Amino acid sequence: MLKDYTLFLVRVGLLSFQGSRKYYAWMIFLFVICLIGLHAYSLQFVEGLSTTGMTNQVSWGVYIANFTFLVGVAAAAVMLVIPAYIYKKDHMNKVVIFGELMAIAVIIMCLLFVMVDLGRPDRFHHMLPPFGILNWPLSILSWDVIVLNGYLLLNLHICGYLLYTKYLGRKPTKMFYIPFIFIAMAWAISIHTVTAFLYVGLAGRPYWNNPIVAPRFLASAFTAGPALLIITFQVIRKSTSYWIGNEPIFTLRMIMTVSMVINVFLLGCELFTEFYAATAHVVASRYLYFGLEGHNVLVPWIWTAIALDFIGLGLLMTPLSRDINWLNLACIFCFIGIWIEKGMGLIIPGFVPSPLGQVVEYLPTINETLVCLGIWAFGALLYSWMLKIAIPIMDGSLRRSGISQVD
Amino acid sequence: MTQDNNNHPTPPAQQPRTIKEALNPVSRRTFLKGTAASLLGMTGVVAALEPLLKLERGELTIDGLLQKHYHRLTPEAMERILRSLEEKCKEQYGVMPNIADIKPMEGVGFAYALNLSRCVGCRKCAHACMAENNQSRESATDIEMSYIRVLELDQGSINMESSNQYYHPDEVPRKGKYYMPVQCHQCRHAPCTQACPVKATWQDPDGIIVVDYNWCIGCRYCMAACPYDARRFNFDKPKIPEKAINPNQDYLSNRIRPKGVVEKCTFCLHRTREGKYPACLEVCPTGARVFGNLLDPDSEINYILKNKRVYILKEDVGTMPRFYYFFDK
Repeated sequence: MLKDYTLFLVRVGLLSFQGSRKYYAWMIFLFVICLIGLHAYSLQFVEGLSTTGMTNQVSWGVYIANFTFLVGVAAAAVMLVIPAYIYKKDHMNKVVIFGELMAIAVIIMCLLFVMVDLGRPDRFHHMLPPFGILNWPLSILSWDVIVLNGYLLLNLHICGYLLYTKYLGRKPTKMFYIPFIFIAMAWAISIHTVTAFLYVGLAGRPYWNNPIVAPRFLASAFTAGPALLIITFQVIRKSTSYWIGNEPIFTLRMIMTVSMVINVFLLGCELFTEFYAATAHVVASRYLYFGLEGHNVLVPWIWTAIALDFIGLGLLMTPLSRDINWLNLACIFCFIGIWIEKGMGLIIPGFVPSPLGQVVEYLPTINETLVCLGIWAFGALLYSWMLKIAIPIMDGSLRRSGISQVD
Repeated sequence: MTQDNNNHPTPPAQQPRTIKEALNPVSRRTFLKGTAASLLGMTGVVAALEPLLKLERGELTIDGLLQKHYHRLTPEAMERILRSLEEKCKEQYGVMPNIADIKPMEGVGFAYALNLSRCVGCRKCAHACMAENNQSRESATDIEMSYIRVLELDQGSINMESSNQYYHPDEVPRKGKYYMPVQCHQCRHAPCTQACPVKATWQDPDGIIVVDYNWCIGCRYCMAACPYDARRFNFDKPKIPEKAINPNQDYLSNRIRPKGVVEKCTFCLHRTREGKYPACLEVCPTGARVFGNLLDPDSEINYILKNKRVYILKEDVGTMPRFYYFFDK
């Protein structure tokens, strides 16, 4: 057993360094960006968060914005799991593992974005009982720590177990993974709901204290996540011998379309409530969409996002996106649009104006941006590496000796 | 996880059975390539971490990493920590302070009331606060750290969005304006203590909300939670000239904060828990500030809360503050 596993690890290790020139170029490219990010973070670690653009008024910035967006992308793996395991769609069975692996990579990115946002990362262990104290169940952040790490563990277990049994040529024992898959479905919804409650629970910030935030989070997540998966599937199909047909891609297209319609509808509900009654609470939205007293850093951003959202939705809803190239364009538009509106577009107006009415604008510094790029590159590196290992296992070229090809 | 038909089965390559076999087909070239890549990668990582060399000595210590939560410290451990904090202050700022850990008094619940009819917006309170609480006072932006923000509002409205905190007239009060200092409201239902994921901030029995600066992880969720913008974050290490340091310090209040943690108004607990008034009250030239024990029926604060027209800021948020505004005329 242990010998088998060691052999497996050794082979995985070796395989990581075997690849085409393209593979090497891609991995080195990502690694170099990771290093640039690491360097920027080291600077921040020594100097303090004064290397960022955050202030006492806008005390969260692009780190938490990326974190929020990515939690959604991680949750969206469930949109492969549900068709595969509940509706028993065979074509989804073949790709569901790639969604789960993506969830792992993205959750790790989320945890990194939280880590780099901490003023005292050296005290991270204060959250971990028994040495630390987790303020559970009062603090929603403590819930988030639990659900995010739980989701990571669930997916690590599911992927690790399924891939390893596949490598061994054994049929996976249902008891060891099916229950976890069903727990992970509910858990995926929970990570994004809890992350929304992080903001919704703050009564002193009317822009966030709004019940529509959680449903909108989910709707936009189930657009952005599948968008990324659609692109990933095509990369796999083009660059490896693992064939992914069009069915999973078009199932995801349908999911994306429905989610995006709901997302845009909920956005409309929000805008109506804010602007029609025009109470004093509209001021944060006014800042976001139109600017306040000449402060309008976010205005071009949010209108870009809205334009991308609507063009993306238009492409998805029309037969145009039955063509894979148009579909890809729609995916890119929706992904970027949601990244803006759910990242900076959600976080920053929560702080502008401040609870005492101050308008202080926020822009990330270069150092802060480099840290973000580093984490994105690290996520991509991690996911590429996992795919590099998982695909040969899935197509049977990486397996224990002495087993037949077809199982 | 069934294998699909259109997945071309790979040629039945011989799969290795042992680690040796696994390593064998790896040509020398691949092996060297892998080793070289790993080495290069490691060098890159080390180079990327180069800024860490500039980390100040004493910034990260084993004692610091192992220190327990305030409520779990034995008196002896606390004593040791206080003495080492004093040493550190002497070393880094050149002043030997006296850092105490003053506990709340029995039968005391503090409350603060501010007379809006009297406040003239001179901001003496904000500056006295910074001096008392050992905050950086070097650059122009350091005023942002003051626990007290004074809002200049237009008479006839109480709309914060039209308020101004950066007013600089020759003389206050300006015509047509009135002034509203805002600081921590020491809420009974405090969103900040609820938000903290590690219980680094809590309400003591006398109503004061404190932060254990040695436990705070700097996530700033409490800042997002506060409806009064009363919390400040140490984006930098505080810079205070030697002669400006107030040596009478307390572990939970005005000792010099490390970088990366949140701080806030503590009603000057190092003074008020010893029977003195907060620094902001003492300096106020108009007598607009009233501070006292809510549990003492004869206190002035009780008289005001019972007999004046009292206004609670953002009462709708349900925080039940221990800080009140009132009007005279």
